[in-house]
Amino acid sequence: MSLKNLLTDNKSSIVKAWCDLTLKSYPEESQGFFKKKDQFGNPVGHSLCEGIESTYDALLEDADTDVLSKALDGIIRIRAIQEFSPSQAISFLFGLKQVIRDGLGSKINKDGFSEEWAVFETKIDGLALLGFDIYSKCRQQIYDIRVESVKRRTSRLLTKAGLVYEIPEGQSDQSDLQENIANINNS
Amino acid sequence: MPRIPKDWKLPQEPGDFLSDVGHTPEPRVTGWMNTPPVEIKRGMHCYAAKPDRLKKMGMPNPREWSAMDDDWKLPENWKETFLDGMKDRLGRFRTFQLFMDICVRCGACADKCHFYIGSGDPKNMPVLRAELLRSIYRQHFTTAGKILGPVAGARELTYERLKELWYYLYQCSECRRCSVFCPYGIDMAEITIMGRELTNLLGLNIDWIAAPVAFCYQTGNHMGIQPHAFVEMLEFFVDEIEEVTGVRVQPDFNRKGAEVLFVTPSGDVFGDPGTYTCMGYMILFHELKKLGLDITWSTYASEGGNFGLFTSNEVMKRLNSKMYAEAKRLGVKWILGGECGHMWRVVNQYMGTMNLELAEGSKMEEPVSPITGTKFENAKSTKMVHITEFTADLIRNNKLKLDPSRNDHLTVTFHDSCNPARGMGLFEEPRYVIKNVCNNFYEMPENTIREQTFCCGGGSGLNAGEDMELRMRGGLPRANAVKYAHEQHGVNMMACICAIDRAVLPDLMTYYVPEVDITGIHELVTNAMVLDGEKKKTVNLRGEPLPGKEDKK
Repeated sequence: MSLKNLLTDNKSSIVKAWCDLTLKSYPEESQGFFKKKDQFGNPVGHSLCEGIESTYDALLEDADTDVLSKALDGIIRIRAIQEFSPSQAISFLFGLKQVIRDGLGSKINKDGFSEEWAVFETKIDGLALLGFDIYSKCRQQIYDIRVESVKRRTSRLLTKAGLVYEIPEGQSDQSDLQENIANINNS
Repeated sequence: MPRIPKDWKLPQEPGDFLSDVGHTPEPRVTGWMNTPPVEIKRGMHCYAAKPDRLKKMGMPNPREWSAMDDDWKLPENWKETFLDGMKDRLGRFRTFQLFMDICVRCGACADKCHFYIGSGDPKNMPVLRAELLRSIYRQHFTTAGKILGPVAGARELTYERLKELWYYLYQCSECRRCSVFCPYGIDMAEITIMGRELTNLLGLNIDWIAAPVAFCYQTGNHMGIQPHAFVEMLEFFVDEIEEVTGVRVQPDFNRKGAEVLFVTPSGDVFGDPGTYTCMGYMILFHELKKLGLDITWSTYASEGGNFGLFTSNEVMKRLNSKMYAEAKRLGVKWILGGECGHMWRVVNQYMGTMNLELAEGSKMEEPVSPITGTKFENAKSTKMVHITEFTADLIRNNKLKLDPSRNDHLTVTFHDSCNPARGMGLFEEPRYVIKNVCNNFYEMPENTIREQTFCCGGGSGLNAGEDMELRMRGGLPRANAVKYAHEQHGVNMMACICAIDRAVLPDLMTYYVPEVDITGIHELVTNAMVLDGEKKKTVNLRGEPLPGKEDKK
């Protein structure tokens, strides 16, 4: 028996507790709704629980960063635009430590898994850092979208109105530039 | 904009991470009626209207202000103005009185709003958003409310409550999805409309609505583009169309005696990807000319959209009038309307009480397609036909030469735009057209389309840039369904029939489903059309290579 086996055997209860704990970050009146099983009527709850399960699986399987990122993206992409501070948006990842401690803490101590647990905790810390990267990327994307939408609104309009002139594709002024530099050097 | 909690401190124990960063909510000791004053947040509201817009329209209290400031610079008698306005509207609009009285708070609407689904903010539940206004109504206009106060669900109108009301009225896109589920048929959009009218009496407007309104009133369209520039834009498209198809189309403008007037949102003329849809209209009309279509564009009625709907009944009527006044001036028989959203809600739902008298003494009559002879009986009163009805009829009567394989690189789904869907029941015609011009079409899940369609997140004047977080929350349910269609069927293009959709959805897709692009239906139609005298087409209207038709070098 190893910690990994213990965590695998208790997957369903841990995942459920982790989802429930994460849902507690939402207003009390809405927690019940977010628990409803409806992929299209309740995309927040669905993405959250699906993402949490995938993340848990990926952690146990020592999956690479790409797999972990994919699992986390669905959750953090949503929390990045919701009513959370950055720390609140990511803090659910640390919630996994609490869930495991609450559910399996005494067994971990009793069966001598303390060292394995310390390693697993470090993994969760790494997961949180990965979550922070994803969060930052999402926020950056929101700013990019805002900038792009302003540019899209005006740049083509100015071009069409003939107020700005785009440089035609394939045209190069490099030869002129080289010639000018040569002239300056010679003079 | 995310913020750092005021009391944040470094966690001391492992479990502190959760409590110290505010992960668990504070226990709620009071009901919603006594929640703390609303905190106005960046990313969740639009910028305030600039004073010149309001001056142009003769609207009250023009001034510089910001929703982020404590002082909103209201007139001294703001409370009296608000309550007098409410009394006046309760008398004038039967629906308003009814919707204030009949809600039994059954909660059927609660989880149907896209803003609530995406945020979990209880005040985005339609029932609770409406209660913000209803509670004031009860306090000031019902006997029970006056006597029993909070026990009867009544609340005094205060400065803080006015701010809260304004904040949430501009987190409703008037999409009417909630009303589909209300057993009483309460139309939340109408409550928002009335609420916005009342806050407008105090000068609490947003610039994303007030500017298009003022521009539209002054020059005929939301962008403030003058007639000569409007013509130049369409002439620019003439060149682009010729480059792609080899056919030179010839739109004409303000021609008296034409049979049909064409009106479309200016977003189609000035904003991508709507511009490709606009080119689609131009190609279609050119092809139909020889079959007997006699149609003209107007540089004055150069806007189908009507942001007056988001302002007040009076402003809506003023902006709508230009379409009918222009139809009368030009002597046309009927109006063909482009792919627009709320233009159709205004025409289909409110026309009967607005400007139909302008059609009196004109040459306007029940629309008949000059090509197929089909009578559009549904448009008998408004004299205005939706372009997907018109095109569906052409296809049904085999009047268009189509090669759907030209769209084979696309796997298409259809987003029912809220207003044509719930505001006029237009479900089949757009699908019929798409299926005839595309070989690959897949629906999104059932509870996200047709009457139950999810809003783009930017309707009713919320499609600004500064409220991007709001838009991303509101658009989540739609994006989630698109993502499913993409993963299940390889959908890479979503068609819609609304200019606001075409402006809002590309941003939404970029964030959630970047593999999917947005198009209008008539872009698809004309990409599939085989034109008389066309050159060998190698690219579509966007300049993208057509599958199997690339230049071979």
